[in-house]
Amino acid sequence: MKKVFERPRLLKPATFHFCPGCGHNILHRVIAEVMEESDFRDRAIMIAPVGCAVLSYFYLDIDVTEAPHGRCTAVATGIKRAIPNSLVLTYQGDGDLASIGAGETLHAAGRGEKVTTVYVNNTNYGMTGGQMAPTTMINQPTTTCSAGRNPEKDGYPLDLSKILSTLPGVCYVERVALTSPANVMKFKKALRKAFQYQTEGLGYSLIEVLSACPTNWKLSPVDSLKWIEEVMAKAYPPGVLVDRKAE
Amino acid sequence: MKSSANKVLLSGNHALAEAAIRSGCHLYFGYPITPQNEIPEFMSEHLPKLKDGGFVQAESELAAINMVLGAAATGRRVMTTSSSPGISLMQEGISYLAALELPCVIANMVRGGPGLGNIVTSQSDYFQSTRGGGHGDYRTITLAPCTVQEIYDLTQLAFYLADKYRGPVIIQGEGLLGQMSEPVELRELEKKDLPPKDWALTGAKGRPGRMLRSLILEEGVLEEHNWKLNRKYKEIEKREKRSESYRMDDASLAVVAYGSVARIAKGAIKRVREEGLKVGMIRPISLWPFPDEAIRKAAEHVSHFLVMELSCGQMIEDVRMALEGKAEVSFYGRPGGGAIPNPAEFGRVISRNYYQKVRKTR
Repeated sequence: MKKVFERPRLLKPATFHFCPGCGHNILHRVIAEVMEESDFRDRAIMIAPVGCAVLSYFYLDIDVTEAPHGRCTAVATGIKRAIPNSLVLTYQGDGDLASIGAGETLHAAGRGEKVTTVYVNNTNYGMTGGQMAPTTMINQPTTTCSAGRNPEKDGYPLDLSKILSTLPGVCYVERVALTSPANVMKFKKALRKAFQYQTEGLGYSLIEVLSACPTNWKLSPVDSLKWIEEVMAKAYPPGVLVDRKAE
Repeated sequence: MKSSANKVLLSGNHALAEAAIRSGCHLYFGYPITPQNEIPEFMSEHLPKLKDGGFVQAESELAAINMVLGAAATGRRVMTTSSSPGISLMQEGISYLAALELPCVIANMVRGGPGLGNIVTSQSDYFQSTRGGGHGDYRTITLAPCTVQEIYDLTQLAFYLADKYRGPVIIQGEGLLGQMSEPVELRELEKKDLPPKDWALTGAKGRPGRMLRSLILEEGVLEEHNWKLNRKYKEIEKREKRSESYRMDDASLAVVAYGSVARIAKGAIKRVREEGLKVGMIRPISLWPFPDEAIRKAAEHVSHFLVMELSCGQMIEDVRMALEGKAEVSFYGRPGGGAIPNPAEFGRVISRNYYQKVRKTR
């Protein structure tokens, strides 16, 4: 019998701790798959964030270090400058990347650090119980804006990917909504491209993933996917924001 | 020390940078702050010329220390330098470096605080360096040079100790020591066997993936990790206490001072010795681990200790703890960031203490 589907070798035999309907397990799986395709794994050093994805090292059989909250791209800079041939991947949530780590992210991108970021946007602080994030949508309720985000007092959602895509040091930014198998494949293709660009030394690359957080959104997994497509994707439209090689 | 005759005139900051490069530290990350800018400037000039050299002017000290963390995670030697307010900003990273057991060297060319303070030399960061500084139960080896030569020597030692004990080592320089120039013999510290870096992240080719983590949620495991760190700190306390003893053989009053203040005190002691006062000095070179045994031992024949600092009194707490009440301790200091005391001023203080506390009782 022909084998058409199997568990990626790089996915350790551990059970994901993520909630039902969460996007992290899919993303971890795809990272494992892409890492297996080339010599990526041999060169890969991943930086795990503070947040739900901190435990990446329990799932992926690659070299992984933790970074303090928000500092992933600074740590990535240190690694890449120490081993220029390495494949450096930061994996960050929206609180980590767009709030506490906005400075580090902006400057690593500004310097054109040859590293790749997977930016998982679920519009809230998932691990700490669903507080407002810079990405929280207008009118979206969270535990620190229970009546919904009010731009008068809470400010507006921050689209950091869009800002980063304007920088000359950034070679590739794509946004994907993790809502269907077709879109999962889009993420896989984007990650492969980002790794390729990094290997070619083209600059900083980032893939933003609009990812469900059913637990904190208080929606079913199915309704969460609908919410991504009908509400979230309006503020954060999927697509290629910049691709310097294709230009 | 392997000795060579070539002496060159170097500022403290340049000596530190030169020693780091010669120790194999070809990676540097930092952010400008006075009075230590000569170090990143020197590094930016020299490191890019090396095949494996890397220099980044970070966007903040916060970023700089985390770049250090990343580079240290690969097992390569790396350094950052700053001055007091910048070191405060690095404390988050230093706590993580200690937790992850990553070797690196951090030099603090201390200036006046608190807050923005000023750019004049100071010793007011003693607590910050010797008590951990960031959150959690950890310690950092802290070395305090008092000459430019010693900056050069201790910088090499710092890299060695960082690798030996897997952790951040702090060089407690001072603005004054960084700015002044002295002849330096470019001698090399003997290289002793160091443990292999079998924890370094280099890409997992041909081996299982490695992880560096400080988040430890499993029941009892964080406690075990802290005990492990603690055993290491105990080992450091056993092996790495360093101090210099100056004219202590017949002393009945001992000055305790480190860094620039020890130099000024040495000048003052020479003066009062000429007047027949039996005064010596113990100069801690490692601020942590604190050379408490040297001080306790001195108490066998010294009845009075005079702690002198360029702060309102920080190291004095360690001196008191070392003495466990066995001798009387008094203090003379001035807040850092102000006028630098001269030997005449120190001499007067030493004489006053001598006649009030020592001659009276003997």
